[in-house]
Amino acid sequence: MMFNIEFETLPREALEAIQLRRLQATLERVYATVPFYRQKFQEAKVAPSDIKSLEDLRRLPFTYKKDLRDNYPFGMFAVPMESVVRIHASSGTTGKPTVVGYTARDIAMWSELMARALAAGGASRGDIIHNAYGYGLFTGGLGVHYGAERLGASVIPISGGNTKRQILIMKDFGATVITCTPSYALHLAEVAREVGVDFKDLKFKAGIFGAEPWSEEMRQEIERKLHLNAVDIYGLSEVMGPGVAVECAEAKKGLHVAEDHFIVEVIHPETGEPLPYGEQGEIVFTSITKEAFPVIRYRTRDISSLNPEPCICGRTLVRMNRVTGRTDDMLIIRGVNVFPSQIESVLMEIEGVEPHYQLVVDREGNLDILTILVEVGEHVFSDEVRKLQVLEKRISKNIKEYFGVSANVKLVEPKTIARSEGKAQRVIDNRKI
Amino acid sequence: MTAKGETIQMRVEQISVFLENKAGRLSEVTRILAEAQINIRALSLADTSDFGILRLIVSDNDKAKDALRKHGFTVGKTDVVAVEVGDRPGGLHAILEVLRKANVNVEYMYAFVQQSGNNAVIIFRFDHLDEAVKVLTESGIKVIEGKTLYGM
Repeated sequence: MMFNIEFETLPREALEAIQLRRLQATLERVYATVPFYRQKFQEAKVAPSDIKSLEDLRRLPFTYKKDLRDNYPFGMFAVPMESVVRIHASSGTTGKPTVVGYTARDIAMWSELMARALAAGGASRGDIIHNAYGYGLFTGGLGVHYGAERLGASVIPISGGNTKRQILIMKDFGATVITCTPSYALHLAEVAREVGVDFKDLKFKAGIFGAEPWSEEMRQEIERKLHLNAVDIYGLSEVMGPGVAVECAEAKKGLHVAEDHFIVEVIHPETGEPLPYGEQGEIVFTSITKEAFPVIRYRTRDISSLNPEPCICGRTLVRMNRVTGRTDDMLIIRGVNVFPSQIESVLMEIEGVEPHYQLVVDREGNLDILTILVEVGEHVFSDEVRKLQVLEKRISKNIKEYFGVSANVKLVEPKTIARSEGKAQRVIDNRKI
Repeated sequence: MTAKGETIQMRVEQISVFLENKAGRLSEVTRILAEAQINIRALSLADTSDFGILRLIVSDNDKAKDALRKHGFTVGKTDVVAVEVGDRPGGLHAILEVLRKANVNVEYMYAFVQQSGNNAVIIFRFDHLDEAVKVLTESGIKVIEGKTLYGM
């Protein structure tokens, strides 16, 4: 099903003409209104007027997460604050979040793309959408919400948490579509079984899952346990939020990128050279319609490849394959971005704790479990069990407060964390994704 | 001799070692101590589901600490009190009654391997050591000096 058949099936030539026109307009705007971009373009000796074709895009400098951080909070906004109607934020490496803004038109555009994404996953007017993405600074909840309303569906803004109540509500309200992280979907299935509810008896037909990496095996498990069709959705707040790319229910093989609003590239993560279709590299996005927070060649650090083959669903939009990894050490735990460096700064705030730690991520049942191993040095050691337990609890509480994600803290003997060539292995990810 | 000097003499030095709750860690400690020719006078192990704290009174504290540290263990040092307890029903109870009446809190305690004459020896860890020693000695309870204990 298509929400905007005209734009989702544009012939390639027409699409590229629109992309170029919109790109040029965006470049003129950021050059005039965002000092960061003007300076970067000048350093690269390129002016907006030099960009005469889509191939010229590669002449523009990249934008990194660090640039957004350096311009915290509103330095990258291209419109005055009175035009900004919404602000979202995501976690960053130093504890400062990355802040993004939207004008009323940006929200309308995002809602349209999210409506397209829901439609691609099988939702339509008349559906009841159980939206279990978190509402708040995170773009998931509100992003899906506005899309669902734009689509004309009935949206239940259930947000995350309180799983037993969610099961009661989805059953009593007769929800037909569910949106949440894939790991939460499986958690729901587990809790439903515990409380004696069988998804077979519920009315779900489709699920649109994203915000964390997942696998084909996991899709099959979700489809089997939740009795619905599961598609993958992609997005990141820096670029827009959920709805940047989505799988179609027809093929379920790669995510169609909303190319009339974003130009997608795959580049070599080290050389920065654009890579041809089919080759794995880092995904880079340029927004070409956003007003408040345009991004030019934004390095997502997500590893994937592009597939230009025609799709059975009829969309002409290029497909992005499942994200297979990251170029940095960021972990996504239950949909929350976690950097080892952030954990480190939380640990270091506790007096006497040394920066010798390791993060172990497991998937127990269907939930991500984060365990932090912390070496016990003589500064924090005590002959009393109680004092060490207080230390464990304190670390765990601080992590929970900082990330909103609970972690098990395990004290370990010094030097138990493997150090290879002087550099500790900080992360052990045991999840099979 | 001042009263302060007396309590210092009455202290017994205990070392504690952080152990992960996994097979072979305790025997690693005993191996290191054996190789360093150190005699264990008393020990107690407190544990949780993932870690343990081994407390030891040994013949040579400094040597034991160095040996354990060299092998990567986290080692702490605490002062405890060794008390002679009559080896008969109610012997320990009488001491705990004295402490309770004086409102002295016991963090933990454990028995010493060797006897002192016909009496047993109990190691006490107090939050307020000086106060505890004062209460005990004033009640006529025999507190054993560190140097006596290490050689027992």
